[in-house]
Parts: sequence; C-alpha cells; structure tokens
Amino acid sequence: MLVTNLEIVPGRRIARHLGLVQGSTVRAKHVGRDLMAGIKNIFGGELKGYTELLQESRDEALARMQAQAEAVGANAVLNVRFSTSSVAQGAAELFAYGTAVVLEDG
Amino acid sequence: MADLIVFVVLLLLGYGFGQWAEKRHYRSIREREARLRRRILLVQSKYPPQVGGGHRSQLVTGSVVVSVDYFKRFLAGLRNLFGGRVKSYESLVDRARREAILRMQEQALGLGADQVVNLKLETASIYKGRRQAIGSIEVLAYGTALVPPAAAGA
Repeated sequence: MLVTNLEIVPGRRIARHLGLVQGSTVRAKHVGRDLMAGIKNIFGGELKGYTELLQESRDEALARMQAQAEAVGANAVLNVRFSTSSVAQGAAELFAYGTAVVLEDG
Repeated sequence: MADLIVFVVLLLLGYGFGQWAEKRHYRSIREREARLRRRILLVQSKYPPQVGGGHRSQLVTGSVVVSVDYFKRFLAGLRNLFGGRVKSYESLVDRARREAILRMQEQALGLGADQVVNLKLETASIYKGRRQAIGSIEVLAYGTALVPPAAAGA
C-alpha cells in the first residue's frame, strides 16, 4: 500500500477514486510518563516518552486508515493529512485521513 | 517561607538547566541543518521541481515533544500581565519545529531519498500545567520522500 501526502504519484496514473478513508486513535499517557513530564517541566527539554507515545499512536492511526483503504479495494492513499487534538486532560486524539485510490500498474 | 525557598530553587534549577539544554539543542540543530542542507532537497510545493520518472515515493514523518522550563514559564507568566512578545516561548516553538523537520529529513535520508516534497507542519499543545499555562508542545513535520530509481533498486 502506497501512502503519500502528494495529490499525484509521479509516473503513475490514477485509475479510480474510492473516496475518503480515515483512521484515528485516542491515547492517554500513563502515570509514570506523567511524572517524568512533571520533572521535565521544571528543567525544560524534550519529553522523549511523549514523543514516542505520539509516534506510536500516529502509526496506529495510519494503520487503521490503511486497513480501511484495503477494505474498499484501494492500492494507495493519496493526500494524507494528520491532525492532533486534545480531547480531555491527559488524552489526545491522533487522526489521519486521505483519499483512497486505485493506481494503474506502472 | 518554605514555599518561597522551593520556588526560588525551582526557578534557579529551571534557569540553569533550561539555558544549558537550549544552547546545546540549538548547537545540534545548526550542525545537522548545515549537514543535511547539502544532501537533501526540501520543498514545500506539491509538485517536485525535477521529476525524473521512476522515483519511488513514501510518506516520512518527524515529531518531537518539547517542554519549557520553570524559569521561562515564570517569565511568560509575568509577560501575561503586561502583554507583548513572549520571547521565552518563541525559542521553544522554533526549536521544536526545526527538530521535527530535521528528524523527518533524517528518516528520508535513511530511505535513500534525494528530496522531500509537500512539507506540512502541525503544532499541538499537549500538556497543560497549572493555571492553563502551556507546558509543552508537539510538532509534527511530514512530507513525501522521493527516492531516485538507483537508490530504490539498491
């Protein structure tokens, strides 16, 4: 499955549009990480735990989006966008969406 | 009295470590930017400047969560009284953006790409401390890495 945030794929023709596909996940951080973040909030610097957590969650959202694209018979997702929003204190939603298409072999 | 001592200690710790960490981070950012600029082309446009044909494309991302230190948060709190530029947060956002872009470029370089097109940036504040002060932000940079045919085959 080809995933890209371009609207076209260089050198390949789009045979069919299958519409919007999306994937999302809501994650909360656990207490240990929260504690570390509290300490980091005094010293400043990167919160590696959060970086990893958000990266994992984003991969999960992407995977769900790809699963949906596969289900409708697509072989590529174009024009992918990400969005993050904090739903509640300590929880964030990661959202990925794009256009499912069928690309001709090339 | 004890409260005041704790406050001053936190302030000093924040100032000391915060300044040190920021200087170190900026040095590493500048170094990596100088190194990557010559090796990988970064374009904001949707369309690659030189489509050779046969390029393989792949989504690349880079993200970072950075927190502000206690001293800077205190400064920003003072700023809220008078209004104006909050310099202490400007450097935070700047560092986070540049770091995220660098990580994305490093991932692209690892794939053997020679350019990254359609760069998008997203910023979210993910941790809200007391009194709704922004504690840390996340920046995500993403784009499409184009891998030339020679590198793709290798």
